[in-house]
Amino acid sequence: MELETDIVAHAFGSARLRLANTDVLVAVKIEVEVPFPEQPDEGKIEFFVDCSANATPDFEGRGGEELAMEIANSLAGAYKSTQAFDLSSLCIMKGRKCWKLLVDILILECGGNLYDAVSIAVKAALWNTRIPKVLSVHLDGNKVEMDVSDNVHDCEKLDVARAPIMVTISKIGDHCVVDPSSAEEQCSTASVVVAVSQKRFTTILQSSSGALHPTTLMDCLKMGCEVATQLDMALLQILMKTPSQKDIGFLL
Amino acid sequence: MLQKVHIRLAENRVNTSVAVDRRIPKIFTPGEIISEQKEFMRGHGTYEQDDYLKASVAGVKEQVNKLISIRPLKSRYNGEIGDVVVGRITEVQQKRWKVDTNSRLDSVLLLSSVNLPGGELRRRSAEDEHMMRQYLQEGDLISAEVQNVFADGSLSLHTRSLKYGKLSQGVLLKVFPSLIKRSKTHFHNLPVGASIILGNNGFIWICPIISNEEDNVGGFVQNLEEVVPRPDREAIGRLRNCILALAQSKMMLFDTSILYAYEESLKYTVADLLIPEAMVDVAILTQHRLNIAENS
Repeated sequence: MELETDIVAHAFGSARLRLANTDVLVAVKIEVEVPFPEQPDEGKIEFFVDCSANATPDFEGRGGEELAMEIANSLAGAYKSTQAFDLSSLCIMKGRKCWKLLVDILILECGGNLYDAVSIAVKAALWNTRIPKVLSVHLDGNKVEMDVSDNVHDCEKLDVARAPIMVTISKIGDHCVVDPSSAEEQCSTASVVVAVSQKRFTTILQSSSGALHPTTLMDCLKMGCEVATQLDMALLQILMKTPSQKDIGFLL
Repeated sequence: MLQKVHIRLAENRVNTSVAVDRRIPKIFTPGEIISEQKEFMRGHGTYEQDDYLKASVAGVKEQVNKLISIRPLKSRYNGEIGDVVVGRITEVQQKRWKVDTNSRLDSVLLLSSVNLPGGELRRRSAEDEHMMRQYLQEGDLISAEVQNVFADGSLSLHTRSLKYGKLSQGVLLKVFPSLIKRSKTHFHNLPVGASIILGNNGFIWICPIISNEEDNVGGFVQNLEEVVPRPDREAIGRLRNCILALAQSKMMLFDTSILYAYEESLKYTVADLLIPEAMVDVAILTQHRLNIAENS
């Protein structure tokens, strides 16, 4: 598994992940928006998945759209819980202004285990995301005036320690395996995707047709939880090792 | 049984090159000028523009007298008569099967160029045409030999020998066709407890040793019930990872190199062989042993 962060210069945060033959590029951009009336003190997060036709010939035309929607929805579901990802830090002014994170996921190559790769890349990209510091906000009549710091380096990082990691568990024969290649995915009779954050499940979904026995399912879930915890630790460790803010070019 | 999770940063990528002190041939990139003179002839992978001869693919130069051609490093399989290939049936048609052999066009396997059960001199009846899907159906893997190359580059295959036919239990691996070394035989029974078919098209088939070839009449029997014992499966898995290691370092694949790699890999567990460092280590040690064997 190979990870690269901060590779898209124009994005606020980005990451590229290569897992065997799967290649995923994630870029995060941010916008200022009005928060939802139901959650006035929370920001927004949106996922958009694009399946490039280069990934597999199946994605040509509209072929990848269904899968893209599925991945985007499961990610949105996994990040929905406030315990998994705290959106309140994205609030600028209650009920008026908030940051909106737009997470763009580009699938460059598809070699199996897409959910896991995407979730890891998203987490790395969010870790890499820097939100400009807001110096002051004041209300002028009905208009909100913001003063954003001019310094590019003067920005805040997101807290992604609890962001969920997704793990696909496939049942092949009598055993359950994680991290299947695309050939192994074809052989699997059933598979479940679990999103785990801090040893707690946030989302569970079935990604292929096929039934699981309740005991097998419980074993699968247990295994998924363990694997996700390990994966999470490994990811955070490697993210700590990434060089902090290299100066690229001479203008910065 | 959980294994360690390996995540690495892209900047710590392992250099997979094993060319220690060997001279690396010049690699031309598409559009690069090969020669400025006009006296050379234009071969494959080249084109003429503004009186220059330029490369149209990325690869190394090959020159035969005045004919210059560029052989691409990576390409689809260009078949030659007599090549051993491993392929997958994609379609069953009238009197023929379509086979995916990693070439630009699907290859054909004619019903008349297979050995049907019941002897070589059997007449093919209309019934055989109806039975075609029972012999070979979509998704089946076969080994075959290239019988003919058509004008458009597509291949005609035949399996008129007992060694060719349907493949049953084993592992398929895909590497670049240019990495397979051409040799007298592409069927090897390795002493480590596995047989290997090195298809010239870059498809490699690893399977447990075929014990009695007498059973294998016609090559349409598939024994999927027989359970392959775990040591054999481990040997197959190790071989697969060794071949992947060699292929990653762009080393030629033939029986000796694979066997050397297998022996050098014994210090790692099968799963550890997927770590880039271990893969390069195996490739370097194999290259070293090949050099020694070559010089002695």
